[in-house]
Amino acid sequence: MAEPTYKLRMQGLRKTYGPVVALAGADVDIREGEFLTLLGPSGSGKTTVLLLIAGLIQPDRGALWIDGKLATYMPPHKRDIGMVFQNYALFPHMTVYENIAFPLRIRRMPVSKIREEVRRVLDIVQLSGVEERLPRQLSGGQQQRIALARCMAYRPPIILMDEPLGALDKKLREQLQLEIRHLHQALDITVLYVTHDQEEALVMSDRICLMNEGKIEQLGTPDDLYFRPETVFAADFLGESNLLDALVAGKRASAVQLQGPNNVTIEAPARGEVCQGQHVKCMVRPENMRVLAQGEEADNTLVARLQDVILLGQVTKYYAKLPDGTAVCATQLTRHGIPKFQPGEEVRFGFDLESTVVLPLDKRTDRP
Amino acid sequence: MTPRTTPAARSAALSRRRPAWFALWPLLPIVIYLAVLFIYPVAQLLWLSVVDKQGNLTSLHYARLFASAVYVKVLGITFRIACWTTGFAVIAGYPVAYLLATATERTRNNLILWVLMPFWTSFLVRTFAWIVLLGRKGTINAWLQQLGMVDVPVKLIYNFAGVMIGMVHALMPLAVVTMLAVMRNIDENLPKAASTLGARGGQSFWRVYFPLSVPGVASGALLVFIVSLGFFITPALLGSGREIMIAQVIIEQMQELLNWSFSGAVAVLLLGTTVIVFFLYDQLCGLSSMSGAQVVTAADSRRGGLISRLGAFAGTRFIALMGWICDRFGEAMDRIRPVCPDRPRATMSRKVLWLAASTVIVYLVAPSFFVIPMSFSEAAFIQWPPIGFTLHNYAMFLTDPIYVGAMLRSLVVAFTSAALAMLLGVPAAFVLMRQRVPGKGIIFAGILAPMIIPHIIIAIALFYLYAQLGLVGTTVGLVLGHTVVSVPFVVVTITAVLKNYDERLDHAAWSLGANKLKTLRYVTFPLILPGLIAAYLFAFVVSLDELTIALFVSGGQTPTLPKQMWVDAIFKVNPMVTAVSTVVLVFVTSLILFAEFVRRRSEKASGK
Repeated sequence: MAEPTYKLRMQGLRKTYGPVVALAGADVDIREGEFLTLLGPSGSGKTTVLLLIAGLIQPDRGALWIDGKLATYMPPHKRDIGMVFQNYALFPHMTVYENIAFPLRIRRMPVSKIREEVRRVLDIVQLSGVEERLPRQLSGGQQQRIALARCMAYRPPIILMDEPLGALDKKLREQLQLEIRHLHQALDITVLYVTHDQEEALVMSDRICLMNEGKIEQLGTPDDLYFRPETVFAADFLGESNLLDALVAGKRASAVQLQGPNNVTIEAPARGEVCQGQHVKCMVRPENMRVLAQGEEADNTLVARLQDVILLGQVTKYYAKLPDGTAVCATQLTRHGIPKFQPGEEVRFGFDLESTVVLPLDKRTDRP
Repeated sequence: MTPRTTPAARSAALSRRRPAWFALWPLLPIVIYLAVLFIYPVAQLLWLSVVDKQGNLTSLHYARLFASAVYVKVLGITFRIACWTTGFAVIAGYPVAYLLATATERTRNNLILWVLMPFWTSFLVRTFAWIVLLGRKGTINAWLQQLGMVDVPVKLIYNFAGVMIGMVHALMPLAVVTMLAVMRNIDENLPKAASTLGARGGQSFWRVYFPLSVPGVASGALLVFIVSLGFFITPALLGSGREIMIAQVIIEQMQELLNWSFSGAVAVLLLGTTVIVFFLYDQLCGLSSMSGAQVVTAADSRRGGLISRLGAFAGTRFIALMGWICDRFGEAMDRIRPVCPDRPRATMSRKVLWLAASTVIVYLVAPSFFVIPMSFSEAAFIQWPPIGFTLHNYAMFLTDPIYVGAMLRSLVVAFTSAALAMLLGVPAAFVLMRQRVPGKGIIFAGILAPMIIPHIIIAIALFYLYAQLGLVGTTVGLVLGHTVVSVPFVVVTITAVLKNYDERLDHAAWSLGANKLKTLRYVTFPLILPGLIAAYLFAFVVSLDELTIALFVSGGQTPTLPKQMWVDAIFKVNPMVTAVSTVVLVFVTSLILFAEFVRRRSEKASGK
């Protein structure tokens, strides 16, 4: 059985559609009060996870506990979870009041109690006074809030959200991201959120579960995923990255030595599972790479030919090619006094040992 | 402007110099056509009903109509039959529409072909199929006797039951298609949302899905009711002398007495009823819901009139009651078969739905096929099982000069009138979809009216007009008449196709230097070709199957195939009709399958 501190526990949940594996065995625990985001490209299986938890589809294998109770094959209406759909799924023939009262009426709550609850949740989402309106008379952002209010009305142990901000414009989306985050913190609710937008995931989540091709790629805090990606996919999906082919040349207790492109030696923090002679990828974020001035030194350096220098406002991007053709990019804050470089020049890119990440090759997507 | 301009820019510049209404010229042919061959004759017929022989205004014809108990009784019977037909068609059609709306795209495409089968197959073929199935020596009675369930044949035909079976069969596809259009607009997430909010399947259906599908049910019922008001084939062939409908009175008055004015009065009654039904419908549901665009809501209806408020009240109570019953039932089932969270649950309700819907689909599809074995029978009467194997019926059919002539005439008329309908309908559909047209709603309603107004009214109106012009009994007259009723199908089909057409493709072609004509030829038409073929076939089949207009305007010497079949059938049902029916059935079915094949191939080609 699951310990009570877990609101939700998945064990080896698997779902296939004929030959297509939508979800190949997922193990995830969601703690009470946590905001966990499923992040991944479309078709990665994140919506499948959500539908399995909601009970809208049935798994082939595995087990699922909600609030300590086994719920693998429980019909959706007995699970007592909340779900906010991508298009909100507000009932168009019911007023806002009737929409929010729907789950309470289903639960045969007395009328006076229903009225009280509806008022409470409308207060929470700051939309008092729209009770008699129809959903289509509200703006997208308001509908979004009503959808959230409707599932908060019956205090479910966990709220699932399927790309709830996907249909809104950028400005409103950013505003609602913070609003949902605040609601989550203030009300201490447990949220499982699905998105394909990495920025959204980073803004809102306590932990992110990165998914790819029906598998969990990495599960950790936004910090973990950004600074300590475990796979090439994770490094590539979240933020920008320079990925260099490398060979493990030597291992010490605190660092590994890599042989990079054009036999450049690169030093990186030690990592347990890699062994000597193994082909790996070496990842450096562009903002951790800088163009070295004359005489300036760094832990690792690469000599490259500059292709483009692009001023983006706050930052300037330097695109260059290594002699073997590998593209590299460095992002630096735009400031007065930084040395000017011209395209075509040969420059040195430098980066620290700490910001270098060694990634084992992904067998599925990369050539050895 | 630069000296070198693109053709698109040039034509835009040209059209700017022309008056705005110039862009609407493609509407002109259809408007003139319908004004001359539809609105004018119908108006003339209405006028005839209020004047006497000297041309003075009189209410004589109406007085005669209401003075006779017979006609009032026939009116009552007509209503009763229409109501029952509507009820059965909508209730039995609902599960089918629901299944189609909630099935996968692939299943839907396959099933809808079957559901529409009776829609496409000839009206008379279907009626004869029921005679084969339900007759004293028909299939069902033969089976019942073999199983020992009855000793004496059960009377299934030439009574009210027979009329019901035939009419519901004929009209249910219309109900299904109309309901389906509304149901497909219901967001599939809503029932899911309801279930995550704690509603059982039944509650979620009655409280969420059903109220949203009501506009579809209402418009389906409206269409079935109005079409069934004008029916005469089924009651005449499958009913007894007691199931006489109002259209039969008109035919009798015309064919035996040639009484224009009295027929006009009956037609006005029929037309008036149609209008009243539309009005009541508008009060209750709003005509806009016909398009499936708007959803009737509790909040909307609160502002409505007394009728709609009463309707809303009753509706809410009904929905609450049904939801409650389903809930209790579900709880009882849970007690019998408790929910196990560790075992996959079987979806019973889906199976029940499939069972119900497939039963209805079998009812819709199967009968036509019983005609085929019968056509090879050696028996001198229509009886089951067929005896031996002979091509005698076919030989009879193909050597009968009247039938062969009728068949050829039907084909010629169908080919030409469908082509004419395309010429009139396609440009009109383009303008209606793409231009700002003043009074678009009225024009659209006018074009669709021949589809909704009972054909019998159009038929006698045209008969009167043709009598003055000497067009009675001519092929030209038939072609013109059939085009009136088939052009709405063309416009509806093409508008639906254009709704899904991305107009930016045309803009791209213009920007690449193609003029309007070349764009149509190389971009638009190839893309909508399956739609064009479907529209043509639609018009073709409508004409091929048309009986009402042919009944009057074809005259005695130049019948179409349906008219010849009808004339024979009211006299005596001859086994030869099974051969004729089989030929028609196979011909039309192959046309439809061909169109479907073209559609699927082009879908595959465009990678949808």
